[in-house]
Amino acid sequence: MSTTTTRTVPGPAPAEPAKARPRRGLRGSRTVAFWLFAAPFLIGLTVFVYVPIGWSLYLSFFEARFTVTPSDFVGLDNYRQILSDTHFTGSLVTFTVFAAFIVPTTWALSLGLALLVNRLRFMRAFYRSVFFLPTACSYVAASLVWKMSLFNGVRFGLANTVLGLFGVDNIAWLANPDPPWYWLVIITARLWLQSGFYMILFLAALQNIPQELYEAAAIDGAKRGWQTFRYITLPQLRATSTAVVLLLLVAAYQAFDEFFNLLSKTTWGRPPLVELYYTALGQDQNYGKGSAGAVVLTVLICVVTLFQGRIMGFGRGEESK
Amino acid sequence: MSAQSSTWDRRSILRAAAGLAAAGSLAACGGNNGRGDGSGSGKQLVQYFHAYGEAGTEQAIKRYAQAYTKADVTTQWITGSNFESKLFASLLTDQAPDLFEFHPQIQLVRSGQVADLTDIIEPVKSDFNQADIQSHTVDGKIYGVRMIDDPQFFFYRKSMLEKAGVEPPQTLDELIEAAARLTTSKVKGLFLGNDLHAVINPLIWSAGADTLNEKNEIAYHTDGVVEGLRKMRKLFTSGDLLLDAPADFWDPSALNQGLCAIQFCGMWAMPQFQQTLGDDLGIMPFPKVGDAGRPSVYNGGWSMFVNAKGRHVDAAKEYVKWLWIDQKKYQEDWATSYGFHIPPRTSIARSTDKLKSGLPAEGVQLFNEYGHFDNIGWTQAMITATENVFADCVRKGGDPEAALDRCDKTVNAELKKLFG
Repeated sequence: MSTTTTRTVPGPAPAEPAKARPRRGLRGSRTVAFWLFAAPFLIGLTVFVYVPIGWSLYLSFFEARFTVTPSDFVGLDNYRQILSDTHFTGSLVTFTVFAAFIVPTTWALSLGLALLVNRLRFMRAFYRSVFFLPTACSYVAASLVWKMSLFNGVRFGLANTVLGLFGVDNIAWLANPDPPWYWLVIITARLWLQSGFYMILFLAALQNIPQELYEAAAIDGAKRGWQTFRYITLPQLRATSTAVVLLLLVAAYQAFDEFFNLLSKTTWGRPPLVELYYTALGQDQNYGKGSAGAVVLTVLICVVTLFQGRIMGFGRGEESK
Repeated sequence: MSAQSSTWDRRSILRAAAGLAAAGSLAACGGNNGRGDGSGSGKQLVQYFHAYGEAGTEQAIKRYAQAYTKADVTTQWITGSNFESKLFASLLTDQAPDLFEFHPQIQLVRSGQVADLTDIIEPVKSDFNQADIQSHTVDGKIYGVRMIDDPQFFFYRKSMLEKAGVEPPQTLDELIEAAARLTTSKVKGLFLGNDLHAVINPLIWSAGADTLNEKNEIAYHTDGVVEGLRKMRKLFTSGDLLLDAPADFWDPSALNQGLCAIQFCGMWAMPQFQQTLGDDLGIMPFPKVGDAGRPSVYNGGWSMFVNAKGRHVDAAKEYVKWLWIDQKKYQEDWATSYGFHIPPRTSIARSTDKLKSGLPAEGVQLFNEYGHFDNIGWTQAMITATENVFADCVRKGGDPEAALDRCDKTVNAELKKLFG
C-alpha cells in the first residue's frame, strides 16, 4: 500500500543519471513496474479470496440449495439455523479441544527439536533436513499411512503390534469413539507433519540470539541449561513464539484433511470446516447455510487473531522483542 | 565467480521448477476435465463410474466405450469412498458428466437431474427383473437402466465354524454368540465393515420393518429395530468384531487374509473368495432379529442414468440404449466376467452358466428368496440420517430411541419436500 504513495513523490525516486539511455518504455515508469509486479498477486487475491468471501456473504442471506446463484432471499434465517445447529456448535467445541492440544504440543516439540538440532556439532544439516522433510508430505497421504498401516485395528498394524508385545489386546483406534483414541491418531499425524516447519523457524531465531548474552550471563554466574534457557533463550524467542502460536492456531482452524480422511462417516470429531463441508457439499448441497457458517467462522477467526495480537503483541515489531 | 554462477544455477533451477509446475498444472487442467475439444469424431460424452474393486473392470468399461462409434465416450473412474458426494458436487458444474452410474433416488428425478428413459426401456421392459423396473419408476416413467444386481450377505469359513462347533446363525443373538465363540487371539469372529453401515438396511428388514411403507411414511422406527440396535451395540463393544481393517467390507481381504471367520460382503466378491478359500466357504443371509423378523438380503446394484441438464442428452441416451439395452454380450461380460453380479435382464440371467451351480446358485437363491430392492423414495439424505443413527447409538453408545427420533426429523423433512 505505502508503495503506491511514492508515485506522487516526484523527486528522489529516479536516481539514475539524466543521460541514461532510454530503455524500453515499460521500465521507464515505476508505476507500471509496480503494477506489473503487484497485479498478478492482487488479481489472484481478489479472484480467489475476496470474491469468494463476498459471494459467501451474499449466499448466506439466501435459500441456496443445489445452486450458487439463488433468488430466494431469507434474511438471517441461515444464521439462525446454523447457530442453533448442535452439530455446528459442537464442531466449535471439537476445534477448541483440538487447538488446546495441538498448539502447545507442536510449539513445545518444535522448540525442543530446534534446541537439540542447534546443539549438534556435526550432521546438523542432515538432522535439519530429516525433521523438515515431513512438511513436504501431503496431509491426505499421511492420513492414509496413519489409518492403514500405523493405526489400523488389526494385529499387524504397527501400533497394535507394539502393544501386542506387551500383551495388550488389539485396539480399534478410529472406529470406536470410547475411549477416544482417534485423538491420538490425529494429533500424532499433525505433529509429524508440522513440527519440522516450526522447528526451522525456531532454529533461525535461535541462531539470531547474540552469543554475548550467554557469555555475559556466564560471567554473572548463570548456570548453563535451565537458567540460561529460562532467562535468555525463551525471552529472546518471544517474537518467533508469538508468530508460531498464531500460525499454529490458524492452521488448527483450517484443519480438514486428516479429520475428513481419518474419521469418515462419524458424528463426532468434526472440526468446523469438515462440518461445513458436509453442510454445503453433502447430499443437501445447502450453500446458504454453509455460507452462513463460513461467515460465522471467518468472524471468529478475525476476532481471535486480533485478540491474540493484542495480548501477545504480534506485529508491534521491535517493541515486542 | 563461483558464488555468482551458483546463484545463476539456483535461479535457473527455480525457473525450471516453476515452469514445470506451471506446465504440470496446465496439463492437469487439460487432462482432467474429461472433455476433448470437440474436434473428434461425433459427440464427446463423459461418464462417471465409481471404482469397482475387481481387476479388469475399468478396462472393460473403457473397452465397451471404445467400441461405440457414434460418440467419443470418456470414462472418469472415481476412486475413494465418497462417490456420491463427488458425483453430486460435479453435477452442479458445467463439468458435469453426461451419464453416470448411481442408485435410484427420487430427488434426482424431482430436481430434473436425470432424464426420462422410458422410450428406450419400454421395448424390452418385460425382459427386465420387474423389481428393478419398479425401483426406477416414478409416476409411470422409468429413469434409469439397471446394469447389475448385487445381493449382499455373509460369507463364512466352514472349517472355522466347524472347529468352534458353531452352526450358521439363524438369529442375531446366535450371530453375536457365534462371533464370541469364533474369536481367538488371532482371528476375530465377525466383520461387518469398519463403520457397520452396510448392515443398516438388512437390520431394519430382518427386524420385520422397512425403510418406508407404501405410502412413503417412516417404517423403520419400530420396537424390533430398537431391539436390534441395542444388540448391535452389544456386539460392537464385545471385542468380537473386527474393526479398523485396512480394507472395508466390500473387499474380500478380511476373510481371505484370515482376519475374521464371518464377513459381510457382496456377491461381487464371490470369485475372489472362491479363488482363495476354495470349498471352505459358505454364505447366509442377515439373520432375523427378534421373533417377528425374517432373514434378509439387500439387493443393491448400479444403474445408468442420463444427466438431463447435460449438453448431449440425446447422444447420451443413445449410448445407454446401445450398451445397456442392445449389447447383451457386453452386459453379460460386465455382470459375470469380473466379480459376480446378477444380470437384471432375465434372458441373460437364464443363459449365464456361471451362476447356475454351486455357491453362485446359492447366492442367486438368497437374492430371490430374501432379497429387498432399492426403494426410489429412500434418498441419500435419509441414508445419511440412518447412518448417523448407527454412529450415535451403535458406535457411540447413545440411546437408540433418541437417535431414531433425530433421524425421523430429518427423514420427515425430506419426505415433505419430496412428496408434500
